[in-house]
Amino acid sequence: MGKTFAEKILAVKSGQDEVVAGQIVMVRPEHLLTHDNTAAIVGKIKDDLKEYGVARPDMPVIVLDHVVPAADEKTATNHKTIRQFVSDYGIKNFFDAGCGICHQVLMEKGFAVPGSIIVGSDSHTCSYGALGVFSTGIDRTEAAALLLRGETWLKVPETIRITLTGKLKPPVSAKDLVLYIIGKLGADGANYCSVEFHGETSSLSVEERFTIANMGVEMGAKIAVFPVDQEAEEYLASVGVDRSSYEPVWADDDTVYIRDLKFDLGNLEPVIARPHTVDNVSPVSKEKGMTFDQYFLGTCTNGRISDLRSAAKFLKGKKIAQGIRLLVLPASRDIFETALREGLITIFSEAGAMILPPGCGPCLGAHQGCLAPGEKCLSTANRNFKGRMGCKEAEIFLASPETVAASAVKGSLADPREEVQS
Amino acid sequence: MKIWNYGDDINTDMLFPGKYTYSCSTAEEIRPHLLEDLDPEFAGKAAEGDILFAGKNFGCGSSREQPVVGLKAIGIKAIVAKSYARIFYRAAINQGLLLIDCADAVDAYKPGDSVSLDLDKGEIIIGKKSFSFPKLPPEILKIRDAGGLLAYTREQLKK
Repeated sequence: MGKTFAEKILAVKSGQDEVVAGQIVMVRPEHLLTHDNTAAIVGKIKDDLKEYGVARPDMPVIVLDHVVPAADEKTATNHKTIRQFVSDYGIKNFFDAGCGICHQVLMEKGFAVPGSIIVGSDSHTCSYGALGVFSTGIDRTEAAALLLRGETWLKVPETIRITLTGKLKPPVSAKDLVLYIIGKLGADGANYCSVEFHGETSSLSVEERFTIANMGVEMGAKIAVFPVDQEAEEYLASVGVDRSSYEPVWADDDTVYIRDLKFDLGNLEPVIARPHTVDNVSPVSKEKGMTFDQYFLGTCTNGRISDLRSAAKFLKGKKIAQGIRLLVLPASRDIFETALREGLITIFSEAGAMILPPGCGPCLGAHQGCLAPGEKCLSTANRNFKGRMGCKEAEIFLASPETVAASAVKGSLADPREEVQS
Repeated sequence: MKIWNYGDDINTDMLFPGKYTYSCSTAEEIRPHLLEDLDPEFAGKAAEGDILFAGKNFGCGSSREQPVVGLKAIGIKAIVAKSYARIFYRAAINQGLLLIDCADAVDAYKPGDSVSLDLDKGEIIIGKKSFSFPKLPPEILKIRDAGGLLAYTREQLKK
């Protein structure tokens, strides 16, 4: 019987001929991602670090993104602590506030290499499955132990296969697809599992695959992974990852999965996830006319250049509706600069949007864009949990960049297929 | 001992709101905000030895470990749920907090029932019925039994 992606990569990484689902293996991840929580992580092991040092100084990648620029004395002090740690222990993979959201930075700077393992103290570390990486989230304490030992255990997950057929029909997008999948599978439908995407995955761009893999954790998945194709290789080459430096891993053809699902991309329509769970999915066509106070375009799910381009088509030469707020947050400085060159930032600003610095703040209620009691937000983020944007009496609805932009112009939930694009 | 009883899909924002993640890291800072958006009574009234019941997918969402650190600091004896999100599950092992995976026990529990645990046998007793729950694999049990991952890591580094 064939082996899954997870079984194959974890066998190689644990130095065994073969492993099976359920087995526990020791691995040395290529990279450990931490962000603003690095201060709390190193705070746990201050004395240990003095005694033992950082086991593998080339392993950590630290990106300041969750509260940037610092919101107050406490978060500023956190950042200062992290810069000191980076300097004291010779951590060379450090990206200070302003570089971008950690997951975007790891992809753009060439850390997400096919066939490697990345763990991170952030639940959306699963994003790099877009490039055939075994990547998953861990807690702060696990990250602290990894700094000291450079290795950890992983349980080999069981695997669900999702086969994609057909092509998305814009403005229906990858976000609609992944929300639709989560709606069908449930917020725990892939709990502890690896999710492999098969079929016509090459019809999706690398950025679209990123959006889908990013939300793997919202169906409970440990990893959500795509095969590496020519487009992925070209993307990797464009960020300086040479083809000779990696060996992609993929499942065998004759593998048996614990669950098999099929989705036809051509049949999808725009959807939203209603409060307060991500699997509470409903077609936009059934909810049209619903009004919101704030519209949010950005995050590690949908703040990439293709998202900004798609949104700008609905906003060019137009104004957002009276009495609403639109926040635009490019996922990285590189994306911000591309958007500047392409005139997208001007389109957003002239439409009445507020442009925020690359970071995570509003998505988790940590910084900027907080909601007031009774308010509603239509957001391209990945979570609509109660209290997520800083207020438990506010409501968050998740949608695609196309739906958010079209709706911001209209002033209420709009089906982007029916709105004018430039 | 008090039993706290909650539903499905209790996420980490409900257990510890995201707005505090970068201002509260120690158990003392975390404790007043535990379950703030889910059950405002919890932080003030929960005490050592209490048990928490919940439905499926407990601890889903963010990787923040503050909920686990806070619940452990209070001295919560165990969480009994139908299932757990994986990062939360791992965080609990790493803090030495006992999680019991037992849907039948959750379904059987009614407010007012007596609840006790027999860890050697791997059983939870509700009223007069007992339910067995799976034990952790030995290599993982070592981490929890050492008192959590940092204690275990220090043992390993000294070797």
